[in-house]
Amino acid sequence: MTQTVTLHVFRGDSNGGEFREYKVKTAPGMVVLDAIHQIQKEQDGTLACRWNCKAAKCGSCSAEINGHPGLMCKTRIEALPTEKPVVVQPVKTFPIIKDLVTDVSWNYEIAKTIAPLKLKDEGSTEPLRMQQEDVDRVQEFRKCIECFLCQDVCHILRDRHRKDIFYGPRQMVRIAALAMHPLDASERRPFIKDQAGVLACNITKCCTEVCPEHIKITDNAIIPLKERVADLYFDPIRALIRKVKR
Amino acid sequence: MAVTPQRRSQDKRTFRTDAWWIQPAVVAVVFTAFVVYATFRTFENNYYSAPIHLSDLYQAGQVGDLLSPLYSPLIPIDWKIWGYHVSPAILILVFPLSFRLTCYYYRKAYYRSYFLTPPACAVRGLGGSAYTGERKFPFILQNLHRFTWYFAAIFIVILAIDVIRSMMYHGGGWGVSVGTLVLLLNVILLGAYTFGCHSCRHFCGGCVNSFSKHKGLYGLWRKVTYLNERHQLFAWSSLVWVSLTDLYVRTVTSGAIADHVFFRF
Amino acid sequence: MRNYETFEYDVLVVGAGGAGLRAAIGAIEAGCKVGVVSKSLLGKAHTVMAEGGAACALANVDPEDGWKVHFRDTMRGGKFLNNWRTVEIFAKEAPERILELERYGAVFDRTPQGLISQRAFGGHKYRRLAHVGDRTGLELIRTLQDKAVALGFESHMETTLTRLLTSGDRIVGAIGYRRSDGGLCLFKAKAVVLASGGWGRMYKFTSNSWESTGDGVMMAFEAGAELRDMEMVQFHPTGMIWPPGMRGILVTEGVRGEGGILKNGNGERFMFSHVPDFYRAETAETPEEALRWVDDKKNNRRPPELLPRDVVARAIYKEVKEGRGSEHGGVYLDVSHKGADYIKKKLPSMYDQFLHLGDVDITRQPMEVYPTIHYAMGGVTSEPETCATTLQGLFAAGEVACGLHGANRLGGNSLTDLLVFGKRAGDAAGAFAKSSSFYEPDTHQIEEEIETLFAPFGRKDGENPFTLHAELQETMQTGAMIARTEESLTTTLNEIKQVQERAKNISVSGDEKFNPSWHAARDVLFMLTSSEILVRSALERKESRGGHWRTDYPNEDPFWAKHNVCAKKEGENIKLYATPVPEPPAEYQEILKD
Repeated sequence: MTQTVTLHVFRGDSNGGEFREYKVKTAPGMVVLDAIHQIQKEQDGTLACRWNCKAAKCGSCSAEINGHPGLMCKTRIEALPTEKPVVVQPVKTFPIIKDLVTDVSWNYEIAKTIAPLKLKDEGSTEPLRMQQEDVDRVQEFRKCIECFLCQDVCHILRDRHRKDIFYGPRQMVRIAALAMHPLDASERRPFIKDQAGVLACNITKCCTEVCPEHIKITDNAIIPLKERVADLYFDPIRALIRKVKR
Repeated sequence: MAVTPQRRSQDKRTFRTDAWWIQPAVVAVVFTAFVVYATFRTFENNYYSAPIHLSDLYQAGQVGDLLSPLYSPLIPIDWKIWGYHVSPAILILVFPLSFRLTCYYYRKAYYRSYFLTPPACAVRGLGGSAYTGERKFPFILQNLHRFTWYFAAIFIVILAIDVIRSMMYHGGGWGVSVGTLVLLLNVILLGAYTFGCHSCRHFCGGCVNSFSKHKGLYGLWRKVTYLNERHQLFAWSSLVWVSLTDLYVRTVTSGAIADHVFFRF
Repeated sequence: MRNYETFEYDVLVVGAGGAGLRAAIGAIEAGCKVGVVSKSLLGKAHTVMAEGGAACALANVDPEDGWKVHFRDTMRGGKFLNNWRTVEIFAKEAPERILELERYGAVFDRTPQGLISQRAFGGHKYRRLAHVGDRTGLELIRTLQDKAVALGFESHMETTLTRLLTSGDRIVGAIGYRRSDGGLCLFKAKAVVLASGGWGRMYKFTSNSWESTGDGVMMAFEAGAELRDMEMVQFHPTGMIWPPGMRGILVTEGVRGEGGILKNGNGERFMFSHVPDFYRAETAETPEEALRWVDDKKNNRRPPELLPRDVVARAIYKEVKEGRGSEHGGVYLDVSHKGADYIKKKLPSMYDQFLHLGDVDITRQPMEVYPTIHYAMGGVTSEPETCATTLQGLFAAGEVACGLHGANRLGGNSLTDLLVFGKRAGDAAGAFAKSSSFYEPDTHQIEEEIETLFAPFGRKDGENPFTLHAELQETMQTGAMIARTEESLTTTLNEIKQVQERAKNISVSGDEKFNPSWHAARDVLFMLTSSEILVRSALERKESRGGHWRTDYPNEDPFWAKHNVCAKKEGENIKLYATPVPEPPAEYQEILKD
């Protein structure tokens, strides 16, 4: 017996749009992305969506499903209440290109301003020496698949449109991976405080809640960065010790 | 392929259909209840330690000191301002209160529940683009959290001493009562909360990049991390238990019930 | 004629996967102005799907390892159809490239000595794969992306190239469209690096993403480049088969590398009865020995689960075919005996993938798996040293190029391939560009391509491109999959021809703005041609070798042992011919013997 599910999918562009209703046959283990593909193939080939691996490894198919930011390839239809239509719309934080596709280029633009890894022994070709416990923290951050769901859910970017004061959780994770790299020789704290704007974050943890890679963005990246910034800017005792040492 | 009349509106607060408001509401209720109770107890300025004249058992040397955590350490000064006895609890509470107010976990909880910035994920909250986060006064003070931790850590020592004092019986010898266990659990929960603090985690290894060069620090960091991953749990359990501990001490010291002694040695 | 925007680059890189980004780094460092065109966003290319690791003889865990052993394993795995010189360069330079990547910022799992840890993999004699849990591809692409961005290049994301432009024998640029608005882009370039990946989307059950439609290989073919070994497609032995929507998604070989066991529907560990003589000497004889190998790799031989992918895939096919399949028609892959903590640490994304998408907790239950299309060994013929193709100014690296893997690729060799030959292609293209200049593209070619691109808008009530694609996938899956015969291939070829005819009448609705059906309309043309070449090459090779298994010719053939099948465009026809495989020098013959 085949069952059907009703979807309300946003159709439109930056000028506005509307939700259109589609009915799709369900199969065991079906995910929202399967339903979107079925609509493309059988009902409307112009429905735009972004996807790649369909295995939650590339982070392309970010959308908002029933108001929840998530990957379409990882959201099972069975897990959603199907007595009501499933509402699928593009991520809110970024400008809509068409239907479910948004313009996420801002993320790539600000990424350019983050200084790359700077090794203490630059120019050498010797194998690096690092222990597993040294790299565990960094490896967690490097699991990031750049789905930008954290950027989407971050209220500073999403509702307050303050891309000018905060780089967003994704870039905090990236900076944390560099700042906590066991062999990084850069002083990144002024950048983290001023350009990247870590103090703008009020650690309400929505980024952690939506991360499909289960990176503890707030506890392991943002808060430790705030503490490192505090060492330099909000700790007169340490400042005194630094002065004395010098 | 019907077209539904509803247009996508950027102004709609949220498209979530689940009960997203329950969590912030529960947090607000519990937190407010604590504030009300703690305020009442602070200004009550009574029933926080066993008053000598009230207790027959005490006079008979059958119990130890039982002191409410809200009034610990006991400050033997009686201040009067305009004829009003200032409660010593005010001087004490300022420390744990500032620790909790600037705590990374509680910040999340009350930014969501009280300030609605935002109330829940993918739900638009209060205030628009004027938001400054923790970059400007007053919230920039949150960055001084580490200093409140220093005092909070001292309080763990003081409260641990209270547990011992509750076992030192005035008639000589030692004993363990319900009150002892209540105080003990209190200091354990508070300790787990205090030493799972994010600032503490930063001091205990979070600040270094190469753990293999700081082996001792790494061991410490892992332990603090264990507690830190349960920071929310201990934040709430210690908060509730502090209140219950105080309530227990109040009940005993007001003479309503006697503190049951398990054994003496 | 429609308007187009023009961009000029010293080096144009087609594709932003591992090979493309590494080539870009090489060309930038050579002082060139570099443009990178990719169909997806940066960092989303198929490289992220690679899980197990990057093979390189660093000898960090097995000191006996060295480039010669890696050379030997790769040649043997490829059934000697590889270009020995390509393999030699590859095996020698692999460690260097991995160490360089680490200095770019990649953070590999470590050994107790603090060096890069290496894991066992199918067909590799020693533990050789530098890895990061089971997300090595992500680490590789993100590292290269960050490095290239830091160096500076112009990125054209979500732009599809559809034609390489020539002037005589020389490649002078390419034309394509922006996916977001359909805007035409003309790229003029002194040199072009083709790093466009594979073409697994022509099959129904595939581990490949939508991008793997083989545009790159077909653009090169259309421009006149020689293709080679197109019949050689790798079937990864372990793809998911349940639930239906997940069919084809990859289950990393790392599961077997970490001790995973294959069992059939009767609960038998069947791989012991499928060991070819060629590999008998280096494979465990009993389950006990295989078990001991997990902890003591020195004194025991490898489990048969870690035979090369073609062997394992065929074994699984046979088990299922002979009625010993699992509940949903595959076999079981079980790693639960390794314990929950170990699995979550070493195979975190597999754990997550099965738990969320398949309702299977791999720390307690076995996975159900079946072979899935994974990789194209064949591709554009390229020089070992420079990655130069048969066309001047065109270089090819990565999956789109041919020469390294022969008849079967060893797991872990592709990631290192991207680095070694990505660099060589980028360096060579950079050097070539320095001594070259811009040429005017042929406007006739531009007009022709624009006509092809926009024709589907002009037709009414024609064929649906998605339907044609599905039909192509169906026939390829039935006739050109793991077990092939003259009959199945001929049937498929005929069906491809029919679909090709219908494809002349593809129509799409809507406009050029991010219109998936319009995108599919062009993709399907590429896939139809590449499928035809694949099937016709497979008909030529009347023997079984590596990934190419002809049940009507089950043995190896002495002629085909020394010849590659090549394909080239001649007029409007596809010309197929055999060329001799380069013979390795005597000293290397020695290495290959044992």
